[in-house]
Amino acid sequence: MNPVEPRQQLPSTVVKEDEPELVAAAKAGDISAFETLVSRYERKIFRLAQNITQNREDAEDTMQEAFLKAYQHLSEFQGNSRFYTWLVRIAVNQALMKLRKRRPNQVSLDEEIETGEESMPREVEDWGPSPEDRYEQSELGKILGDTIADLDPPFRIVFQLRDIEELSTEETAEVLGLSVPAVKSRLLRARLKLRQKLNKYFRRSDNQ
Amino acid sequence: MNCRSIIKELTNYLDEALDPVLKTSIEKHLEGCEDCRVVVDTTRKTIQIYCNSEPAPLPEETKVRLRDALFKQLNRLRSQPRA
Repeated sequence: MNPVEPRQQLPSTVVKEDEPELVAAAKAGDISAFETLVSRYERKIFRLAQNITQNREDAEDTMQEAFLKAYQHLSEFQGNSRFYTWLVRIAVNQALMKLRKRRPNQVSLDEEIETGEESMPREVEDWGPSPEDRYEQSELGKILGDTIADLDPPFRIVFQLRDIEELSTEETAEVLGLSVPAVKSRLLRARLKLRQKLNKYFRRSDNQ
Repeated sequence: MNCRSIIKELTNYLDEALDPVLKTSIEKHLEGCEDCRVVVDTTRKTIQIYCNSEPAPLPEETKVRLRDALFKQLNRLRSQPRA
């Protein structure tokens, strides 16, 4: 895979410092190092797979296949990107195959979609400083999961890769076979839609 | 700079991918436009909330079942001579 510029703007929340050592040990045949990587990332990979496929069985299979493939191809991982980013790419490809199989008639994910110009949102209400703190962890997780599930696949997948998995715009474009402008326009639509859908949970007026 | 242009540039603005001149003119608009300020702020929070959210733990049964199956396959791969 070609190295592309990693995303710089946000501090990464997904990589721990010992990741290169664990990967090196796993490459050298230390299965317990690979187990540590699995236990570290399985929840994230499962959520990624669930958010893309929206099907529990497909998400489980995707996670299995992603880790298996990663293990099989570990010697090809050159360390040009973070291991987690590499794993995400594998998982996304597996998840997309499942999605296409289950929903063959839907719009192709790498097709250009005319998104048009976004208009000024109608619901404009302040959320206050930390609106997510009003919810328990599990309740918040459900709100976020249900809300992203409401987006059409081309939009939720771009948001998932770019804003949740923290891939760069270029990496997202490469993984999905899209142009950079297409990623940007889908991302804008996804962000605005999610903002609008989350408004009912986070706006100040109902909760304070 | 008007509200429509703010929405158009919202993603680049939030990702700090704008040239300084455009960035300054957006910020000037934001100073005087409460609605745009709220949209920018709540969109930024939307991204942060998703980005910072921890994935739910897998149910114990699922975790054990998937790990067992995975490591069974990994061990099988390891025991095979490399091609």
